[in-house]
Amino acid sequence: MKLSSKQRMLVQNLAFAAMSLIASLTVIFIVLIVVYIVSMGAGAISFEFIFSMPYDGMRSGGILPAIIGTFYLTLGTAALAVPLGLGAAIFLSEYAPDNQMTRIIRIAITNLSGIPSVVYGLFGLGLFVLFLQLGTSILAASMTLAIMTLPVIISTAEEALRTVPQSFRVVSISLGGTRWQTIRKIVLPEAMPGILTGVILGLERAAGETAPIMFTGAAFFLPQLPTSLTDATMALPYHLFVISTQVPGMPIQIQFGTALVLLVFVLGMNLIASIIRSRARAKRQW
Amino acid sequence: MDKIVIENFSLEYSDGTESLREINLRIPANQLTVLFGPAGGGKSTLLRSINRLNDLADVKVTQGKILLDGVNVLDKKLDTNNLRRKVGMVFARPVVLPFSIRRNLTYGFELAGIRDAALIEESVERSLGQAALWEEVKDRLDDPATALSGGQQQRLCLARSLIQQPDVILLDEPTSGLDPISTLKVENSLQELKKDYTIVLVPHSVQQAARIADLAAFFLQGELIEVGIGAELFTKPTKSRTQRYIEGRYG
Repeated sequence: MKLSSKQRMLVQNLAFAAMSLIASLTVIFIVLIVVYIVSMGAGAISFEFIFSMPYDGMRSGGILPAIIGTFYLTLGTAALAVPLGLGAAIFLSEYAPDNQMTRIIRIAITNLSGIPSVVYGLFGLGLFVLFLQLGTSILAASMTLAIMTLPVIISTAEEALRTVPQSFRVVSISLGGTRWQTIRKIVLPEAMPGILTGVILGLERAAGETAPIMFTGAAFFLPQLPTSLTDATMALPYHLFVISTQVPGMPIQIQFGTALVLLVFVLGMNLIASIIRSRARAKRQW
Repeated sequence: MDKIVIENFSLEYSDGTESLREINLRIPANQLTVLFGPAGGGKSTLLRSINRLNDLADVKVTQGKILLDGVNVLDKKLDTNNLRRKVGMVFARPVVLPFSIRRNLTYGFELAGIRDAALIEESVERSLGQAALWEEVKDRLDDPATALSGGQQQRLCLARSLIQQPDVILLDEPTSGLDPISTLKVENSLQELKKDYTIVLVPHSVQQAARIADLAAFFLQGELIEVGIGAELFTKPTKSRTQRYIEGRYG
């Protein structure tokens, strides 16, 4: 069938409209979710809700231990996953020869990111909690989350390192620099915004996950804040799961209030990532 | 006196492209030696072998010797970082590092761990002067180097290669992206610089080769066809392949 040029124009316009509609759907969904959670949960937010312990079977009081717990877990995950992930990314981007071993490493990373989070949870339970006898603890949960986060950090960091022009490396080496000097003085600083973005996106996912911490470190209810790495802890996503499914007579406002705090935590990290990115873009000199 | 002596030098890349075969060439000190010929002849490869920058490429075989002041630079045990401080390099496209003008220059000192502020300050001014850039940038050394024009950036790259007082400067088509005025400035600087340095240059045209060469070497598909004093080689080449290339019959 041959179309006239007018018809071809029409087809193009229709296709264009359809695609913009689909693209704007993503915006609609995020707006809907945020508006819904805020409208349902905003009423629960108060100084007491954020800064006090829960009581009356968690039906009253605040969610401080869950907020603190998620903060600790995110920090623990960062402390473990960032050095490992960055190291792996530097190796893959700057040193790894193009051979069978490197290909196997890459395939492993891709597959790690495809494993369901509940499987990480079970793996963490088996290895860290039971075999290494760390018990259900912040440490075991952070380790589990770190392994889950590694592929995100490695692949985004590697990508960021690769976007640094090869010519910078050649020039640095031609001026008498070693490979490591070149990486430390030019490649890493140039890639840093991209790396940070990847790190934050990875941590954001870790902060919001329930399944990996369910068996490894998250507690149903604790009367006091955790004081060491070997303590179990409450955490926002798990707390939300618990009060939404396990506690009868739970005021719905507290559930949505908790969801709102989690959402703000995660979107806040996202916002920081975008600020870093746009600042770096404005500063970029090539 | 010969600064660099290349003896029976052969090189082959892993993918089989652009190899050099049995090159013998003596590069005299304090002169401007030009390596010219059509693309793919191995000129850049030879240049990058002198400062071992080819270590970064996928090279399959190297044979023969490249002697710099009598020392074989191809020696596996040689300290290449030290070598590259003695042999500066300027590339075809001006690659300024994402730093200020000043740090682009002092970066070499930084790598070498030299912190003598007085020496550094003095070297910045000297090298910029040698590259005919001092007057244009002396009041804005802390501006980003990317704010400079293409011609200025290339002269900054030249200054950067000079700041650690190397013995040899290698230039790989240093003016290929420059306008005629900037090209002239660079060429004039080079004429001054050869008093203190040994210069090896791959020109971007035969005309440039003829304009600036003290000694000229003609490369064709990995072979060194002919070497001669610049003035003579471009007027009375002895090999017909050289003559036909100079006349523009091919290439």
